[in-house]
Amino acid sequence: MEWDWSYTGDIIPDLLRGLRYTVIATLLGYLIAVVLGLVWALLRRTPNVVVRQVVRWVTEFIRCTPLIPQLFFAFYVLPTWGLTFGKLTVGVLMLGIHYSTYMAEVYRAGIADVPRGQWEAAKALNLPRTRVWLDVVLPQAVRKVIPTLGNYLIAMFKDSPLLLAIGVPELLTSARSVGARTFEYLEPMTMVGVLFIVVSVISSILLRRLERHYATN
Amino acid sequence: MSEVLDGYEQWLKGAWLTLQLTVYGSGVALVLALVFGLAGTSRHAWIRVLNRVYVEFFRGTATLVLLFWFFYALPLVGIRLNSTMFAAVLALGLNIGAYGAEVVRGSIKAVPRAQYEATIALNFTPLQRMRRVLLPQGFALMLPPFGNLLIELMKGTAIVSLVGLTDLTTVSKNLQSSTGETVASFSLVLVIYFVIAQILQLFVRFAEARVDRMLGRRPSREPELGTLAAGAPGAGVAS
Repeated sequence: MEWDWSYTGDIIPDLLRGLRYTVIATLLGYLIAVVLGLVWALLRRTPNVVVRQVVRWVTEFIRCTPLIPQLFFAFYVLPTWGLTFGKLTVGVLMLGIHYSTYMAEVYRAGIADVPRGQWEAAKALNLPRTRVWLDVVLPQAVRKVIPTLGNYLIAMFKDSPLLLAIGVPELLTSARSVGARTFEYLEPMTMVGVLFIVVSVISSILLRRLERHYATN
Repeated sequence: MSEVLDGYEQWLKGAWLTLQLTVYGSGVALVLALVFGLAGTSRHAWIRVLNRVYVEFFRGTATLVLLFWFFYALPLVGIRLNSTMFAAVLALGLNIGAYGAEVVRGSIKAVPRAQYEATIALNFTPLQRMRRVLLPQGFALMLPPFGNLLIELMKGTAIVSLVGLTDLTTVSKNLQSSTGETVASFSLVLVIYFVIAQILQLFVRFAEARVDRMLGRRPSREPELGTLAAGAPGAGVAS
């Protein structure tokens, strides 16, 4: 079979519409993951043993199970509990929650990496707990983990096609429906692959720059 | 719930397929990771380029996109992969192998330089150097990130449910639609995946303990920034 350039040109608008959903889902999901991940990490430092262990096992559970059955769970089970969301909302939420459990580990490592002396100094100065966290620990921890957190943006972008499982019209879904309409899968599927590589490679170059900017040593 | 459990034969079949995909996929990934990872430590620039091209390409593509491409596009250019199973193993192996190659390269580089210099002083051949000194020590560094990648690969196998293979995810979907027990079937499938992941983790811990004993080291259980995901889920090593 020959590669058909004019067909490729025709399907580009469809694919770009799909790419828009992909980008929206990734960015919104990332926002949820960054915030929720920090919440998990902080909850794992609370003095309450029950909270710590519950958070630990819940995040472990979410991290160790695949996203697709999680999406099914959210998409089919939540409505039976009276919570009805759109496909994109469910997809964004689950993508965000799934990745927040990875982020929690990153924040945790970042917090553990803050030198002991900083904690001791904060204690010696008799700072209240909120100020210890907000003004001493977190600024140092977050700065250290920014490059790693950035890598997860790319990872999430690459996991966003999984939203196809619940029918979010993202890039891969639109390629498949274009293919199903014309019985020509070669061009749409290849273009999706190319788009993914282009976006990933560009963003990893940008990230490496960011990493150099934030490099502390 | 009981209706869902009555389908236990289907669950077993699904779990078996998921396990098969995990084992074959990790086999392919391990070989690719070693070959391309060691290529990345080569003295010759053109061999290192091979490593870069492989890693950047397959780390940049999503596994599902790769699988769909194998599934829908490759047959149109005349290449037919014998079975969907083979395509899935190949897609998973190529993708995780790229992360693994970075782990291998980083671990070999992280072996203290004095070790490398000692092998030169002792007039080791490059093969001896790799086999006797660098790989055994690098291997201890590789194991924890490899463990993460193994879990990632196991989770990645769920994508085959989107190209019509009957793995655990497909079974849960089928039972959900045949019995109407939505909560039960999707909860159960998540629990099964979790159990499989925990068992895999036990294996990795066991292997880590063995390797550390072999090298006379004491394992540390605290997470470190360097060993956490420097690239994507589960990849990366202190470098």
